[in-house]
Amino acid sequence: MYNKRFIIPGLAILVLIVTFPLWFNAFSKASAVPKPELPPGGEKQCVASIPEMRASHMVMLNEWRDAVLRDEDRVAVTVNGKEYRKGLQMACMQCHSNKEKFCDSCHEYASVKPYCWDCHLTPAVLATKKETH
Amino acid sequence: MKYAFSFLAVMALVMIAGLGSQIPGMPYLFGVALPYLAIMIFLGGSVYRVVQWGKSPVPFSIQTTCGQGKSLDFIKHNKLEAPNTTAEVVARMFLEVVTFRSLFRNTKSEIYDGPKITYESSKWLWLFALIFHYSFLVIVLRHMRLFLDPIPFWVGWIETLDGIFQVGAPNWYITDVTILLGCVLLFSRRIATRHVRFISLMNDYFPLVLIFTIALTGILMRYVLRTNIDIVNIKQLLVGLVTFSPTIGAEIGAIFYIHLFLVCALLAYFPFSKLMHFAGVFMSPTRNMKNDSRAKRHVNPWNPRILPHSYAGYEDEFREFMVDAGIPVEKELAPKKDEE
Repeated sequence: MYNKRFIIPGLAILVLIVTFPLWFNAFSKASAVPKPELPPGGEKQCVASIPEMRASHMVMLNEWRDAVLRDEDRVAVTVNGKEYRKGLQMACMQCHSNKEKFCDSCHEYASVKPYCWDCHLTPAVLATKKETH
Repeated sequence: MKYAFSFLAVMALVMIAGLGSQIPGMPYLFGVALPYLAIMIFLGGSVYRVVQWGKSPVPFSIQTTCGQGKSLDFIKHNKLEAPNTTAEVVARMFLEVVTFRSLFRNTKSEIYDGPKITYESSKWLWLFALIFHYSFLVIVLRHMRLFLDPIPFWVGWIETLDGIFQVGAPNWYITDVTILLGCVLLFSRRIATRHVRFISLMNDYFPLVLIFTIALTGILMRYVLRTNIDIVNIKQLLVGLVTFSPTIGAEIGAIFYIHLFLVCALLAYFPFSKLMHFAGVFMSPTRNMKNDSRAKRHVNPWNPRILPHSYAGYEDEFREFMVDAGIPVEKELAPKKDEE
């Protein structure tokens, strides 16, 4: 083979780049597969089924955001006789009160950074800001 | 028709994965066995191709230049276009790989009445290639969030930048559109330009259609067909793949297996196709040789070893026969001792 001193390091770089996930994960501490915390209050029912919520909760939240903020449609959603006001803090966080153990567990695992919390406050932060409530 | 076959081939692949993954037990074939096989074909095949290229001798010094080569001191040397040192070659190669300078130089010739021929700069290929390749790069880097645990900071930066418009949920990425656009533009260039269409083959169209479909299935999975697409399950499988402990925790939608199978097909197809230009660009003698043929002699590596043979040596070898045949010699035969 000609030009070995260039080709062999080049091939080594190629193999290292392609196998990057292998050695990155081998040298780092893996986190456990996240298990989002169930509502501390023991509620069993949500606005939709678990698979639907797991896959598409962000779509619903986005639709609620648009309905409330852009169309002034604040009509509450009623599912199985229970009424949910459209809102992250008004509906979701009422049961799933711990953002760190519920939302963040999966979001951090999958590097999802929703911008909900640019405006919203978690229940924990809200409790420290009584004057504004 | 060549492009129609590409569509048919990709459709067949989609059908295989879409239907096959629904058979019980088959997710392990599509989700575990085939990805391992594909990446091994990709790595092994790429290394093999590069080694084969490395074994091929370069008989001539054939660098392409488009600037003044190094000459006398008062003639300005164009270091980038006619590189004379290894550093200059590296600089030229870097810009070639990163900015596709040789595509930027593309010209289009046309004949008008007169007859008059004109040469016009044609930057379309360069522009489409830039859109396509950089979208592809960003998408590959973005996907690292599904393979790496914990996720390094730069993946987050790329995602933030790519989703900077903050449209919709899940967040819409700029590269979602640009990769599809890049594929469509490169494909339609092959169709629309007559002479390019004439020289285009099935293996020019097929990768474009395949990559377009990979991007499309990815987009559909992210925004539309979300049934059973739970990112945590998918990441568990993919991290499992790269730590050699793959598990399929729960049922994953068929669109995921279609996407993955098409990626496997692309990886396995890579070493046998024109897509090897990712390594070939570094191996092109026209790009990676120095323009120093006036200063340094380039020896063809397959030249036979021919030693100099002087007339005196020739006569030494054949003197007896020459004398026998009556051919004049410069140095007579030594008188034979035993006759005296």
